[in-house]
Amino acid sequence: MRPEEGTIQSRARAIGAVLELLTDQPVIICNGFPSREAFKLADRPTHFYMIGSMGVAPAIGLGVALSKPAKKVVVLDGDGNVLMGMGTLATVGALKPKNFLHVVLDNEVYGSTGNQPTFSRVVRLEQVAKAAGYVHVERVREREDLVYELKEMLAKDGPSMLLVKVTEQAEDVDRVPLDPREITRRFMKAIA
Amino acid sequence: MIESEDFVESLQDIGFDFFTGVPDSNLGGIIATLMERRLYTPAVREDEAVAMAAGAYMGGKIPAVLMQNSGLGTCLNTLLSLNLIYQQPCLLIVSWRGFQGMDAPEHLVMGQTMTQLLDAVRIPHRTLSEQTAVDDLKWTGETFMKQRIPLALLLKKGVVRGIQP
Repeated sequence: MRPEEGTIQSRARAIGAVLELLTDQPVIICNGFPSREAFKLADRPTHFYMIGSMGVAPAIGLGVALSKPAKKVVVLDGDGNVLMGMGTLATVGALKPKNFLHVVLDNEVYGSTGNQPTFSRVVRLEQVAKAAGYVHVERVREREDLVYELKEMLAKDGPSMLLVKVTEQAEDVDRVPLDPREITRRFMKAIA
Repeated sequence: MIESEDFVESLQDIGFDFFTGVPDSNLGGIIATLMERRLYTPAVREDEAVAMAAGAYMGGKIPAVLMQNSGLGTCLNTLLSLNLIYQQPCLLIVSWRGFQGMDAPEHLVMGQTMTQLLDAVRIPHRTLSEQTAVDDLKWTGETFMKQRIPLALLLKKGVVRGIQP
């Protein structure tokens, strides 16, 4: 089915589907609702929750991927985040870490600040990634397409980007209650 | 003048094994040496570089980030809301452009205020000199390990040999 025709799902539902397919992979989750929703859905020590520094989730993931080449590193990102740190698509595309998987939850708005529209409505971020040198890129809506493509990308060498169109709906979730220093410590231990 | 090979060697002796950053003319010799030794991963912006360093640190590396001091402005938020509060240390090797007003206009304000800026955001810093290099590097290793936060080594023009004479 073409992505434009599929039924769109909420971001939390998409995050849930992604986390169900992951086991012990390091996961970098961008600031804002994605971290808060992921924490509520399934907290794992392999999760690195960001609370600030918008736009650099893939840069953190890249640092982990380069220093841990045997582990597939997953970055859960948002459209506003990718637009803010768009240069990193070039860095990832040029360095081509095989173990880098970039999942972009694209709701076309800045959800944490009142749903102001982002440019992802008109700019196809997965095509930017493709042009920058990502090896595999896909754009999906349906949950079953998300599951199929993510399984493929987990098995294949990257760098890959899976862009998932999601609704603006945000879950009623609190901030991540962990101390940032503790997030670092337990993440390092879990991926060592 | 410190040779770039000796400077890199000393950093490797302390344990630094992951280098990224954005080039500056004063850092050209160091970056050339790092590239020869296949230790350098280029970044496109300084905020990306310090975030990459954070990731590398969590993956077991001892990271350093090279940049011109204009890049401190670019990466300030990432340093404060990522590296600092998450206790992800990295050594910032910062070229001091605009020192004593002797530089192009775009470097003058940062050149004058950089150490106050670093003090204000509580990033420990030290200015490298040939006479104090051994102490400066000892301080670098100890501060990195003890405080587990970003720290800066400031390099004025001509302290470490560049690629241009």
